[in-house]
Amino acid sequence: MSTSLQAVEPVLFYAFALLTCASAWAVVATANVVRMSVYLLLTLGGVAGLYFMMNAEFLAAIQLIVYAGGTLILIVFGVMLTSKNPFMQLKPKLSEVFVGGLIASCIGVLLLIALAGTALPPEAGLAAEGYDVDQIGRALLTTYLVPFEVSAVLLLIVMIAAAYMARVRAGDA
Amino acid sequence: MSSIGLTHFVLVSFALLVAGVVTVLTKRNAIGILIGVELILNAAGINFVAFNRYSYGNMDGIMFAVFIIVLAAAEAAIALAIFLNFYNNFSSIDVERADGLRG
Repeated sequence: MSTSLQAVEPVLFYAFALLTCASAWAVVATANVVRMSVYLLLTLGGVAGLYFMMNAEFLAAIQLIVYAGGTLILIVFGVMLTSKNPFMQLKPKLSEVFVGGLIASCIGVLLLIALAGTALPPEAGLAAEGYDVDQIGRALLTTYLVPFEVSAVLLLIVMIAAAYMARVRAGDA
Repeated sequence: MSSIGLTHFVLVSFALLVAGVVTVLTKRNAIGILIGVELILNAAGINFVAFNRYSYGNMDGIMFAVFIIVLAAAEAAIALAIFLNFYNNFSSIDVERADGLRG
């Protein structure tokens, strides 16, 4: 990595981290599903940027293509198919917000304690180059062949099941 | 300027995870809950890739992240099919209304 890139790295990291965290918490703050989907899109983009910073270019591309391109479109279609009014808002009760915030902050404090008490591995021996698509493809068909095949079967099952469950029944239409 | 290390990425992942948990717990729209689950899965993915980046040379973390993305897509498809069924039966996407079972 050249020195100029090293100087820019913290700036890029903080930009992507800010984008990711701010839009994730914007998802929490808004009650409108369409806005939530847009903020989710920004979060996914920020996470893709973080993958780029960790030398996982293939993963960043997959994140943008499959997640931002596929899953998010699916969610937006789901929003359109399940609301009569596009500006419909379902506000949670105050007690629900309170209990949810309490549980989440308990989890948060627990995780912070765990993080403070854990010795993270030293940053020596970095895989500075990252992995290219060639290596990942070879690994998928050798070391990781079983999970690869299992996920292929899973996707087939999901495709059939989703088409079966979402179909219009003869009596409905 | 201090260089970016593993801790930075773990903290971003932490913020993402807590946001996801709050979303799952407080949204009443079923699709909002699905979005919260996607946030949590992304937090897990960042952790896997970060620990892979800052550990000794194998690619397990990257592979786990790839499979997480596959699982997230599959889960979103199935969940949305279920929500469509729910909406057809109850004319609502509010999870408060999902309190009955029918064969």
